Amino acid sequence: MHALEKILAKNSGRESVKAGEIITAKVDFAEINDLYLQTVYSFYEMGGEKVWDNERCAFVFDHYAPCPDVKSASNHKEMREFAKKNNLRFHFDVNCGVCHQVMPEAGVIYPGMIVVATDSHTTTHGAFGAMGTGCGATDMATILMTGELWFRVPEIIEVRLEGKAQKGVFPKDVILAVLGKIRADGAVYKAIDFTGSYVEELGVAGRMVICNMAVEMGAKTAYMQPNKEVLDYVSKRAVRPYEVQYTDPGYEYTESYVFNVSELTPQLSCPSSVENVHTLESVLAEGDVRLDQGYIGSCTGGRVDDIEVAAKILKGRHIAPYTRLVIVPASAEVMQECINKGYIQDLINAGATIMAPGCAACLGVHAGIIAPGEVCITSTNRNFPGRMGSKEAKLYLASPAAVAASMINGKITDPREYL
Amino acid sequence: METRLTGKVIVVGNNIDTDQIYPGAYLALTDPKEIGTHCLEGVSSDISPNFPQGGFVAAGRNFGCGSSREHAPIALLAMGAKAVLADSFARIFYRNAVNLGLLPIVCPGVSQKVKDGYTLTLDLDAGTVTVQETGEVLPCDPLGEQQKMILEAGGIKPLMRKRFGKE
Repeated sequence: MHALEKILAKNSGRESVKAGEIITAKVDFAEINDLYLQTVYSFYEMGGEKVWDNERCAFVFDHYAPCPDVKSASNHKEMREFAKKNNLRFHFDVNCGVCHQVMPEAGVIYPGMIVVATDSHTTTHGAFGAMGTGCGATDMATILMTGELWFRVPEIIEVRLEGKAQKGVFPKDVILAVLGKIRADGAVYKAIDFTGSYVEELGVAGRMVICNMAVEMGAKTAYMQPNKEVLDYVSKRAVRPYEVQYTDPGYEYTESYVFNVSELTPQLSCPSSVENVHTLESVLAEGDVRLDQGYIGSCTGGRVDDIEVAAKILKGRHIAPYTRLVIVPASAEVMQECINKGYIQDLINAGATIMAPGCAACLGVHAGIIAPGEVCITSTNRNFPGRMGSKEAKLYLASPAAVAASMINGKITDPREYL
Repeated sequence: METRLTGKVIVVGNNIDTDQIYPGAYLALTDPKEIGTHCLEGVSSDISPNFPQGGFVAAGRNFGCGSSREHAPIALLAMGAKAVLADSFARIFYRNAVNLGLLPIVCPGVSQKVKDGYTLTLDLDAGTVTVQETGEVLPCDPLGEQQKMILEAGGIKPLMRKRFGKE
């Protein structure tokens, strides 16, 4: 069996599972973000009274952090009351950050577990050897009532990443290259196991970037076998004992793709579909791409590594006139570390706008919305029409280094010029 | 569950994500009626006000990709759609639709074979979509047993109420 199948088997009380089976599995941790007041409504509509376990579920107020209007503030108020009434051990209010960063920091994510959250990017937690998957409000309400959810055991695709990245090529470039090949629906209903020498060497943050965007290929979940860095991270934080699962030797994947990371150059996902991936060089060869805004943040591109590379590129430089660069640390812990290391100061000196930790403009809610006709380069995960505001605006997805380098010139720029 | 549905259709493209189905700017809304007025606004703000009640949305591949927002099927139902017919669906959208009683029907090629305003008949027992204007009969994939069980109960909410002895 694959490690993911072992996780599903263990949590459903079975000896083994196989692709295509419908099983009911225990959920080890359930997270509800602040777009999902409907979860509370569905919970009561279905006759819910108390959550099944007040230590295994939490709200994270990240999409409206802090609230931009009365409606979202009222939604927070109702969710906060629900959390209080259920005496939830964990509660992450507007001072914490994006759920996929905040949960691992709080130690509720660890290898061998199942985490379900009302957010498609829950695939992120494959970075820790956990099975993470997203669901909607009403599925979540059923989890809050029963502690379990039905799953179809997914087929598993191997994406083998071999080699070492060249200078200027970051985990974001690697996952964009994979996405360009597998396409936006290449892994629908399936799981992706990222393997290979590149993954074995990769740190926690880089692993999270890659697993995060597995959902942009439609994947139900992602997986990476934990390495030393991951185990060091979780051993300091995990709130429960855990067991790392391993894939049996000779396991046969449904499909396998191999990428030579050593050959990759910086990538861009061009407007307005995530799968519209090109090398940055080929986009530049077509002519200048003028920019109005740069954005560094989100559960994909707002960690210390991301802000660090941007600060190093921008230190002693300034963003181009009549542009703006919005920086949104993924969590308060990330922000604190970036302040301690001087990155935030360097970025402020360079003309960046620093926002409170959270999802902010990544999904077009507040804090960095763009106007019709504007063009933004962003370290986030989606460039759908209207994702960051106007549907007549354009979004390019790139590494944080490419975002920083581009904003110096006010046009898309190869980050290798500044590294 | 009705197994034979007739209605008019509107056609959209490939990879229609949940931001296009229900833009982020409206995510704080909670009243289904109000949510429905913004349905598919990321494609065109003309769709929802003119949607044929009890009708269908026909789409290409990967309908409902992106965000897990349940507002997407809530908006489609509130707009008056009974079913979405598509080449394929993204999985979270698919689950959300089934849970709420919106039919997600895999009907390969449908968006190429119908036009806005055509009248279609979806026959779940026969596994077909009949296009009135052309007479063409398109095959659909059957629903899985789990999905059928939830849809036949009227969605996941009645099932859970029964399980918890609330009705």
